[in-house]
Amino acid sequence: MRKSANEVSSREAMTAADVRRAIVRIAHEIIERNHGVDGLAIVGLQRGGTWIAEEIAAQINQIEKSVAVPVGALDVSLHRDDIGLRPVSLGAISSIPFDLSGATVVVVDDVLFTGRTVRAAMEGLNNYGRPRAVQLAVLIDRGHRELPIRPDFVGKNLPTHRGDEVSVTSQGVFVTPFVDAKS
Amino acid sequence: MKHLRSIDELGLDGLNKLLQLTDHMAEINQRPVPKVPALRGRTVASLFFEDSTRTRLSFETAAKRLSADTMTFNVSTSSVNKGESLRDTVATITDMGVDAFVVRHKSVGIPWQISAWTTASIINAGDGAHQHPTQALVDCYTIREATHAQNFAGMKVTIVGDIKHSRVARSNIQAFSMLGAKVTLVAPPTLLPPDISHWPVDVSHDLDEVLAESDVLYMLRLQSERMAQGHVPTLREYSEQYGLTQKRVMGLRSNAIVMHPGPMNRGVEMQIDPSDVKNSLIHRQVANGVSVRMAVLFELLGSGSNLGGQA
Repeated sequence: MRKSANEVSSREAMTAADVRRAIVRIAHEIIERNHGVDGLAIVGLQRGGTWIAEEIAAQINQIEKSVAVPVGALDVSLHRDDIGLRPVSLGAISSIPFDLSGATVVVVDDVLFTGRTVRAAMEGLNNYGRPRAVQLAVLIDRGHRELPIRPDFVGKNLPTHRGDEVSVTSQGVFVTPFVDAKS
Repeated sequence: MKHLRSIDELGLDGLNKLLQLTDHMAEINQRPVPKVPALRGRTVASLFFEDSTRTRLSFETAAKRLSADTMTFNVSTSSVNKGESLRDTVATITDMGVDAFVVRHKSVGIPWQISAWTTASIINAGDGAHQHPTQALVDCYTIREATHAQNFAGMKVTIVGDIKHSRVARSNIQAFSMLGAKVTLVAPPTLLPPDISHWPVDVSHDLDEVLAESDVLYMLRLQSERMAQGHVPTLREYSEQYGLTQKRVMGLRSNAIVMHPGPMNRGVEMQIDPSDVKNSLIHRQVANGVSVRMAVLFELLGSGSNLGGQA
């Protein structure tokens, strides 16, 4: 789906240092918003969101040092609303080895686009308990929402064309512009 | 993948794909709420012309955990008793809007025949003494789970008992050898099929001889209805020679695995309580049955791997 960014035409939207700073800021914002880390849990969405979730949790643990924030990973492919409409490729296996009931869960993904992945994630989370609250952290918000979903923590707002490819790694964020095949 | 009717039709790639998918399904079954909406709106019909407990129930559970609707066709209370043909029965159920049939029948080849009559996917849950592919998938997955081996290269699997009438044996021989295991069959000559020279197996008539070399000991049910047909002289003699006794358990390697597809004949092929065997995987086989069948249903009905492949 998201192509690698080593094509000539892609442009750098965030550098590796930008990505690192955004993650540190989001970690601070999460603590500030929740008045600490009590009852906090971080869940990254497979696959693009998991490394960011790990990084955010590591930052939070460095800042607060009181308790280690539990980190999980969720694969939402079986909760999606487009099953049967396109081939499904499953991500890595979900792993949420703690009860989410009563927790404040921060869902982490790399790119927020239509919002359908986040909708699927909110449904999937309920399989693991009833969170007290669910918040959303994304590194990139690229717009084009199709559902009433908005992020609580954003690394960068990045206006894009619908057909653009956005690639996120710890090495930076790259956008490959949409090229109409007919032109 | 449109149908799952036999292991050779599935092939090694399909086998590995389904085993991988089963890992995902096993995780779902660990959740406090083990249900996903993946097959919402799909309908799965069970068409069992032969008795079954675990296969039918695990398919039904699997379908429900994926949010599919299920229909169960009970032969003894159906219009088959009024003389309705198999073809008409299939056509009738198809007209109600069914996406997959899970079929068990005493005759070989019925799943292939039915797939010519309906556009739905067909899953073979046992046809005569021919194939039982989901059981083979369950067994491969269970061995993989216990040994953490991605393939079975160099593994020695011994299958003991009524090979002749066993669809489980036929599917398992194909699947195990596809994954690289070396399969040895142990049975009295009367319980072996007439010509197995083209099967990828070794044959022995002496269980004690191969016991110490086996990594996996797979016990088959002695289908007691065969007794009347004179395939074995007495049950006692059979269990002396081919049953799993306490003495034989002692002769197993310390890490050897014991399996049985069920239903078990206690006192015949199983002379001991399976819970007394340290490495018995019989309960894992049942538990994994649901995850494996979820993987099969999802691959056929939800993965989208048929998109574009068929008109």
